[in-house]
Amino acid sequence: MEHIAKNLACVLIVACILANPAAAFAQQTKNGTELVVAAAADLSTALKEISDSFEKKTGVSLKLSFGASGALTQQIQNGAPFDLFFSADMDYPRQLITAGAADGTSLYEYAVGRLVLWVPTDSALDLDHKGLKVLLDPSVKKIAIANPQHAPYGRAAVAALKHAGIYDQVADRLVLGENVSQAAQFVESGNAEAGLVPLAHAVAPGMQGKGKYWEVRADFYPPLAQGLVILSHSQHKKEAAELVEYLKTKEAAELLRKYGFTLP
Amino acid sequence: MAIDWQAFWLTLRLAITVSAVLLALGLPIAYWIAYSRWRWKFLVEAVVALPIVLPPTVLGFYVLVALGPRSPIGRWWISLTGHTLAFTFGGLVIGSIFYSLPFAVQPFAASFAGVDRKLMAASATLGASPLRTFFRVIAPLSVPGLITGTALSFAHTMGEFGVVLMVGGNIPGVTRTVSIDIFDRVEASDYVTANATALLLLVLSFSVLAVVYGLNRKAWVVGPVK
Repeated sequence: MEHIAKNLACVLIVACILANPAAAFAQQTKNGTELVVAAAADLSTALKEISDSFEKKTGVSLKLSFGASGALTQQIQNGAPFDLFFSADMDYPRQLITAGAADGTSLYEYAVGRLVLWVPTDSALDLDHKGLKVLLDPSVKKIAIANPQHAPYGRAAVAALKHAGIYDQVADRLVLGENVSQAAQFVESGNAEAGLVPLAHAVAPGMQGKGKYWEVRADFYPPLAQGLVILSHSQHKKEAAELVEYLKTKEAAELLRKYGFTLP
Repeated sequence: MAIDWQAFWLTLRLAITVSAVLLALGLPIAYWIAYSRWRWKFLVEAVVALPIVLPPTVLGFYVLVALGPRSPIGRWWISLTGHTLAFTFGGLVIGSIFYSLPFAVQPFAASFAGVDRKLMAASATLGASPLRTFFRVIAPLSVPGLITGTALSFAHTMGEFGVVLMVGGNIPGVTRTVSIDIFDRVEASDYVTANATALLLLVLSFSVLAVVYGLNRKAWVVGPVK
């Protein structure tokens, strides 16, 4: 019995000795700074490419966390350790500024999002001629949108449906995704016959050929002005400001446009 | 503050349906696991235990995609019922059955295995068929295990979140369970309602479990007690 305990102690001591240099080594190889970024789900494709080109330019890498803007705002208000927050609207960043969680001077409108109606490629619906009215077709059993309670694109979708005068008729067929990515995924997997999702999702490289989209007219919903803020508790405000400056360059603007965003 | 009573009623219905189905489905599986002497039985036991280890999101993912409209099983389901598995109460039931399966089968199997073999042998020598032996000898002696398994699958389904989040679509009255409602409230910063709802769920689940375990005490067991 004793020599089992002695063996175990030896193994533990050796493991501790080995672990320390390994940890130190890991710290040393990461000599660049890392920014932790919270971003709205509609940026999941655009921001990855922007992050790669920013890292090539400055050596600062980005750790990206995507989700619904409302959900991320909640996490940040409760102390989540992010450096920057890219929202899908301007209200959530303003909410954080009022709560003292973000720097008021850093608020910047980085893009304008567009809402589209998206259906799988094999759908028989005539989007170009009927637009939103295709949702009244009996073959459309489920329409996916992001949850309007905490996703700006979900609120825009509801506004667009109301503006088109069909909200009451389709309300009972809506399925709510936790964020726009889940809503898009419901349509892509065929479980929903149509969905109202960001243009960014419809034109993303991974989605090419998987569906067809129709842009909802801009006057059907309040403009999706998307804003970012630097968060008060960030330890890397200088690098965060560099990222914001990078977004104002032509290079970044091209990338954003490629993914379906317009510049304000 | 507006507590979503519809969500409570829906969650209760889901938990009761799933526990009932698992009682029917779990008994034969547990019987086989308890009494079979197949040398590869351990593989079946591992498969039954899998849902304990797998995150519920995996189960949800499979219901959504592997059983979705693009898959053969999904297409068969649509031809049978006219709609997809996702976004329906039936879809939640099926996902939950997988999710809570080990919580029903393992207690059942454990208590079957604990029944004195001599009693089963005696029953056989008296001319009872295996089915008769099961209902007249094994089951009454396994009541604590049956109650535990059913109570656990009920409680586990009441608290389910991952599967419902993946495949539910958050439809009020159909797939918006209490756990989803609490999540929504928190995300909308409505902490008052979230608190009230969570507390209510806690009290409800505790009461049900207390009643079940209270009835399960030794005083009620039929037959010789070890």
